[in-house]
Amino acid sequence: MIAILKYNAGNIKSVQNALTRLGYKSMITDNPSELLSADKVIFPGVGEASSAIHYLKERGLDKTILELKQPVLGICLGLQLMCLSSEEGDTKCLGIFDADVRLFPPVDKIPHIGWNNCLTLKGNLFKGISVDDDLYYVHSYYAEISSSTIATCDYILPFSAAMQKENYYATQFHPEKSAETGEKILKNFLEL
Amino acid sequence: MLKRRLIPCLDIKDGRTVKGVNFINLIDAGDPVELAKSYGKQGADELVFLDITATIENRKALADLVERIAAEINIPFTVGGGIDNVNDVSILLNAGADKVTVNSSAVRRPELISEIAGQFGSQCIVVAIDTKLVNDEWIVVVDGGRTTTELKTINWARRVEELGAGEIMLTSMNNDGTKSGFSLEITGEVSSNVNIPVIASGGAGSMEHFREVFCNTGCSAALAASIFHFGEITIPELKRYLINEKISIRY
Repeated sequence: MIAILKYNAGNIKSVQNALTRLGYKSMITDNPSELLSADKVIFPGVGEASSAIHYLKERGLDKTILELKQPVLGICLGLQLMCLSSEEGDTKCLGIFDADVRLFPPVDKIPHIGWNNCLTLKGNLFKGISVDDDLYYVHSYYAEISSSTIATCDYILPFSAAMQKENYYATQFHPEKSAETGEKILKNFLEL
Repeated sequence: MLKRRLIPCLDIKDGRTVKGVNFINLIDAGDPVELAKSYGKQGADELVFLDITATIENRKALADLVERIAAEINIPFTVGGGIDNVNDVSILLNAGADKVTVNSSAVRRPELISEIAGQFGSQCIVVAIDTKLVNDEWIVVVDGGRTTTELKTINWARRVEELGAGEIMLTSMNNDGTKSGFSLEITGEVSSNVNIPVIASGGAGSMEHFREVFCNTGCSAALAASIFHFGEITIPELKRYLINEKISIRY
């Protein structure tokens, strides 16, 4: 069973829809024992960092996330919350990835919305994906490049498009909204 | 590199897709879910659904339709039509919409934009601005172009950005339905005066019109309806053409 973390962020149903299209059963839950016993956990989300962290802490879900041993996939805000800190709401995050999250400098349109390609793709998540494939992004804050970065994207500056450390994977783009390329990446994660 | 987006727009009336010339004389152009799937397969970068008969009673039916669309398509989509409060937004986002668009209601009550952005984030709020050239000045019109306001388009565009809009969908009513091309003038002016993405809308009639608006303005996306629905231009041929013209497009 795939568990999708339920919290006060949007876009959670879209992830479940994508899994259903790929033929995977999933449940949306904030129950720690269901999260800990799932085969895979997805930590999705579109929303605001400080209120999301506040919500997770209130329910002890921050600790549950750090206890997970199975493959975990953070998406968009999920990725940012797995970093050290975010400039959004001056938020201390979960600290899984050794990177800070910053607001894009205003030298081009913000948010970064639309389809962009990834460079330097590393690891199983990107099996069958090329640097010419585009993925869908929508965000105003970005994670810096760090030792956990497994793919970069260039918009205004190079940033982490995807990160990985041990069993924790995360993407800044939305695989669930990125057509066939996104489905391949989700499938790669589900088959880990 | 970030790609320019191509966005088919589906006008919805009683659960079916329609497109009017200058917003009147509606013609049925098919089932929205089927059209949406087909556009996704053809390579549309995003979709917009506008419920043009939105009423309170229709809200539930629209949410059901959004749910069916969300289950079927794997690209982002925006839903609009008669949204005038945060609760409407919450229903549509929960049903699976990625973004919502507001138009007349935001002109009447601009705080609606900051309320939506505050609760759900700027990324999910697209402010639609309908504009018309009146006495040599681009001004904002509402109610599908029937009501003229005092607002200058540039000023309103800057204001919606300040209020937290994530994108602007700009429709020139002088061009809409004419198939004579997008208004390069107001699209260019708005794009260079705000720091959020602008979606050009109104007037697409040929592949050349898309090249024109991408080459001559800073718009991030171009939206069209009838030329796509009736197969006058298909998305794959348009994308091939734009790539040949050295425009950065997802293919």
